[in-house]
Amino acid sequence: MQQQVFTKSMARNIFLGGAGFFLIIYLVLTYDTWQQIPARDHAAAMTPAVIEGKYLVDTNDCMGCHTINGEGAYYAPELDNVYKRRGPAFIKAWIPAMPTGVPGRRQMPHFKFTQVQIGDIVAYLQWLSNVDTNHWPPNIQG
Amino acid sequence: MKYQSQSVAKPYFVAALALFLGQIVFGLIMGLQYVDGTFLFPAIPFNVAHMCHTNLLIVWLLMAFMGAAYYIVPEEAQTELYSPKLALLTFWVFLIAGAATILGYLLIPYSVLAHATGNHLLPTMGRGYLEQPLPIKIGIVLVALSLLFNLTMTLAKGRKTSLNFILVGALWGLALLFLPAFYFPVDTVKASYSWWWVVHGWVEGDWELILGALLGFIFIKMTGVDREVVEKWLYIIIAMTLMTGIIGIGHHYYYIGAPAYWIWLGSVFSALEPIPFLMLVAFAFRMHAQRRREHPNKAAMLWAMGTPIVAFLGAGVWGFMITLAPVQYYAHGTNLTAAHGHLAFFGAYAMVSLAMISYAMPLLRGREANSLSAQRWEMTGFWLMVLSMFTIALTLTGAGIVTIFLQRATDNPLPFMAVQDKERVFFFIREYAGLGFTAGLLAYLRSFFVRGEYDYTNNVKRALA
Ligand code: HEC
Ligand code: HEM
Ligand code: HEM
Repeated sequence: MQQQVFTKSMARNIFLGGAGFFLIIYLVLTYDTWQQIPARDHAAAMTPAVIEGKYLVDTNDCMGCHTINGEGAYYAPELDNVYKRRGPAFIKAWIPAMPTGVPGRRQMPHFKFTQVQIGDIVAYLQWLSNVDTNHWPPNIQG
Repeated sequence: MKYQSQSVAKPYFVAALALFLGQIVFGLIMGLQYVDGTFLFPAIPFNVAHMCHTNLLIVWLLMAFMGAAYYIVPEEAQTELYSPKLALLTFWVFLIAGAATILGYLLIPYSVLAHATGNHLLPTMGRGYLEQPLPIKIGIVLVALSLLFNLTMTLAKGRKTSLNFILVGALWGLALLFLPAFYFPVDTVKASYSWWWVVHGWVEGDWELILGALLGFIFIKMTGVDREVVEKWLYIIIAMTLMTGIIGIGHHYYYIGAPAYWIWLGSVFSALEPIPFLMLVAFAFRMHAQRRREHPNKAAMLWAMGTPIVAFLGAGVWGFMITLAPVQYYAHGTNLTAAHGHLAFFGAYAMVSLAMISYAMPLLRGREANSLSAQRWEMTGFWLMVLSMFTIALTLTGAGIVTIFLQRATDNPLPFMAVQDKERVFFFIREYAGLGFTAGLLAYLRSFFVRGEYDYTNNVKRALA
């Protein structure tokens, strides 16, 4: 019987040790990231309007069509920098004017928001456009 | 089938396939909306179809994983399942919860659904794959607990194999990694950062352990190769998975607001993530070459050999293509991501589920293998689905590259919608490929309705002649 140089229990120990080691490193890095995030995204500037706007964006599933910071679906324009691309007045007029009904063109639903709610969404989009995302997206078109 | 209680796997497998078909229907709807934006609008807006498509995907994969676990764990532990009744009850709870979720999306506006189900008490809704209302999320946890209790008790009273430890351990991991779904901080950056604990933690971590365990089991059974060899391979593969994949999560942190050091860490470690997939390919070929028997279930062998190959291409090659930070800068959130997501999800998790079903279903129906004509239907389904999925991935890659050059890496970027218009041809082909995929799935499903079992004497005679 040939001597087993590399046994199953050695393989198992590499698995457990390796996974444990990198998990600890990840937790340390996550702790550091957590400390840095509030400065990078201006967490202090999250006013009640911004928070309400975010809640509306989540509970209306905007990310089911749009990307936000590149996450979501790829059917509609990036919303991370839409505030800078279009400006508040455009967005305030855009949302209630949906859907366009242009034949064949992709449609955005009509959401029954109040003026205040639309203002909250715009406040959130403005906050979002100021998050330090390491210079992403590459340009204003998102 | 060696133990009576393994038969609880059957309803799980059947439901998984039915939900898979549902997933594809919503894929086709979205694919059509990509070329005709007014299709089914406003009855089923794109985002609703998207939720149904991705949620059905997760539900049917979980169904298949659970069925696989109820099948494998008793056989490995050489004992009956702790409680088949509980497993069956859990099945119905999960199926009804899944169906209720999809109906909720289809029938109730999302914001109304959120309010009616108490989202304001503990906000969890509105993130990709985790769109389910709060009561459903709690239901998922209960289902997972019931599964884990049942399997752990079975494991405790029976033979303890490494494969069983890996499988049951990975299912514990799956359940634990779902818990961040209940943590949805208001801070968008923290929310994204922790969302990846679930999504990346599953597909580029924990689920790879399940993938390895299922393939390992199939190869032990079908090739007769010594389990010591198989289990040693498995430990090394999953060690590589976690040693590259844990810090590799950094490839999702480049541009979401996390610190810049993730650009380096994520690039270096995620670039190594294809290695375990490559090892899985090597493993499959080794096992196949060293096989000590010719198993009559050729279709199952085709799935088992195909899984690591397509998984390597989808996750390893397509993943690598977009993972380095300078590439990701332009590719982030384009259809290149969708190309990778489709090929990887299909190649790794859909295909391993189908491999397991292909191996186990004949046994659950009281025969070692299906008749050759049933297997031919199944293998036709295999090739149609695999080739169509490659076509889907290639067209989406084309669309993604057009976006990069017209909208992102250019001095005169065009608006999103204008660029999408120029990609129409890709979306057209994608939809046709989707129809091809559907035909493949139907051929696959057809194989279950071909009667009769594998005819040994006849096939031996034919082989000798
Ligand atoms: C069913 C898919 C869908 C959903 C859900 C959706 N949108 Fe849209 N949205 C679109 C499409 C498609 C366009 C581009 C329409 C066009 O150009 O004709 C768009 C465009 C926009 C624009 C203009 C972007 C630009 O650069 O011109 C804004 C702002 C916007 N949406 C905000 C939102 C918000 C906020 C939500 C959530 C409350 C939301 N959308 C939900 C599909 C959707
Ligand atoms: C008929 C075949 C299919 C079609 C036409 C189809 C179509 C689509 C479309 C249009 C999207 C939305 C992309 C976007 O955000 O804009 C999508 C998303 C997705 N589909 Fe499919 N799909 C099909 C089959 C599958 C299969 C078989 C799987 C997995 C096994 C799958 C997994 C996914 C995943 C994971 C996403 C989310 C991707 C992401 O956000 O990057 N799909 N699909
Ligand atoms: C079977 C394993 C894998 C599956 C099922 C898978 C699936 C996915 C899916 C569905 C997404 C889109 C998530 C979203 O909705 O935003 C994604 C993103 C991504 N994946 Fe994978 N993946 C796998 C492995 C890998 C590997 C091994 C790599 C690297 C080599 C990789 C690199 C990436 C990158 C860089 C992104 C981000 C793309 C973007 O944000 O635009 N993936 N993956």
